[in-house]
Amino acid sequence: MTTDVTPTDTNTEQAARVSIGRVQLDRKVPPFGGFTLTYLRIELARKLRNRRTLIFTLLFPVVMFLIIGYPMRDLSLTDTPVAAGGTSVAAFIMVSMAMYGAMMSATQTGASVAVERAQGWSRQLRLTPLNPLVNVIIKMIAGMVLGLVAVVSTYLVGAISGIQLSAAQWISTGLVGWLLASAVFTTLGLMVGYLVPGENAAQVTSLAIVLLAFIGGLFYPVSSMPDFMQTIAAFTPVYGISELARAPLTGDGFDLAALANALVWFAVFLVGTVVFFRRDTKRV
Amino acid sequence: MTFPSIPAIEAAALTKSFGDVRAVTGVDLTVQPGEIVAFLGPNGAGKTTTIDMMLGLTPPDSGDVKVFGLAPRAAISRGLVSAVLQTGGLLKDLTVRETLDLTASLFADTRPVAEVLERAGIADIATRRVGLCSGGQQQRLRFAMALLSDPGLLILDEPTTGMDVEGRRAFWNAIRADAERGRTVLFATHYLDEADEYADRIVLMSRGTIVADGATAQIKNLVSGRIVRATVPDADPAALAALPSVDDVSVQGDRITLHTSDSDALARHLLTHTSARDIEITSQNLESVFLALTSEGVSA
Repeated sequence: MTTDVTPTDTNTEQAARVSIGRVQLDRKVPPFGGFTLTYLRIELARKLRNRRTLIFTLLFPVVMFLIIGYPMRDLSLTDTPVAAGGTSVAAFIMVSMAMYGAMMSATQTGASVAVERAQGWSRQLRLTPLNPLVNVIIKMIAGMVLGLVAVVSTYLVGAISGIQLSAAQWISTGLVGWLLASAVFTTLGLMVGYLVPGENAAQVTSLAIVLLAFIGGLFYPVSSMPDFMQTIAAFTPVYGISELARAPLTGDGFDLAALANALVWFAVFLVGTVVFFRRDTKRV
Repeated sequence: MTFPSIPAIEAAALTKSFGDVRAVTGVDLTVQPGEIVAFLGPNGAGKTTTIDMMLGLTPPDSGDVKVFGLAPRAAISRGLVSAVLQTGGLLKDLTVRETLDLTASLFADTRPVAEVLERAGIADIATRRVGLCSGGQQQRLRFAMALLSDPGLLILDEPTTGMDVEGRRAFWNAIRADAERGRTVLFATHYLDEADEYADRIVLMSRGTIVADGATAQIKNLVSGRIVRATVPDADPAALAALPSVDDVSVQGDRITLHTSDSDALARHLLTHTSARDIEITSQNLESVFLALTSEGVSA
């Protein structure tokens, strides 16, 4: 106890109380704004306990790969036949689905901010030394870890089902897909999370992700879309990051327009997040 | 002996408005270490807003508040003050122990989780999911969270709202046992009996300002008892004030208003010993006291 109990005036109970409260005032502030591995561990445990998160983030990409990608394992993406070492359409779909998992996980980060705000948890955290920004960073890291699990598990199933890629292709597609999906969709999720109150944020972002994934060519090749759709697709947020992540598969190198798309959307969501975060922390 | 020179709370001229609503219109309050203070007032009196300013959750429009000589946020970062707020603030998918582990990890120094579980009386439900706990259990969990940093000051905002009688009793027993160790406690309530039973000092708040502030017995006296009004043409206020059951006398022309703890005896006296007529007896309650104090601007 830091409140020292040494009553010196025992005339009345009240006088005793008033005189005993000696509080040690030279207390420490925790380092790193309250960042701790305990919080990170509990965040991860919460995600792994949530059945919906597991289904949409980890199971969905694997199952979609097996349903759509696996049957196309012998269909070549390029002019070189798969038998002659060419990359299969299945690999293309595997990368897309892995990215979808990382996107879903990243977006949940933002939605969880909205839910916790509605539950009063963010207000409760304001009664601790935790810096609100550190809180968001912990959630981002937890979201990225789960996204990595989604990418790795999809790739594992892909490898087991016979997809052949060079080591450089496995690593570059996986890493680029994971990092880009995390960056763009964590910020999108956070922006929506700070903008839309409560449980609605999760629904809004889930719907947005599915629509953006379709129009951005994650489930359905952009090149097979009508011309005007192709034009629109090139300006949507999933398009840039998925083109970049899949570029190593075709060996064509990447498109500068895709890079510009990814950077611009990341910047837009980041600015949106900062603006709404500031507005949000003001009212707590 | 030396009294601690730094007050637990020192608020000066705090004001806060939300749009056109003037929630707090000027609060000055000093709480010394070791005091147990009840913040008593009706809903909408500005208690929660004042507490939010003390905790740094809401910045005041004007005025200043210090907790152990520090800005509220700095005091929170050092674990010097913690709070049990009305509702919410818990993650339903965590267990009781996980909630405490998480909260404890955020402070530089804390008491052991097992100890606060014990002191809040929830050691037996440590592995239960928060969402499955009753309202009273959740409130004791909030109390346990507040104890982790071993704060010098504990602030409770209407902590027993929505609890049943048994839950309220168990909750206050835990608070009282803790306060006896010397912690400063400030709690907001709109139940007079809670304030009376657990506080040394009552601060009455109404319409955004403090209307009375004194020892519990003194304030309770203001609030309890009855008001007797009568028309007494040749009244002797001094003689009436000297009657044993009369606490307060005020005169407006022929109309005299008496505050009494025994209205029957007073009415009998008025009818038999004075020329009183039109006797009217009304019971006191918090609401009427608040209204009277607010309109008269009296300070006890």
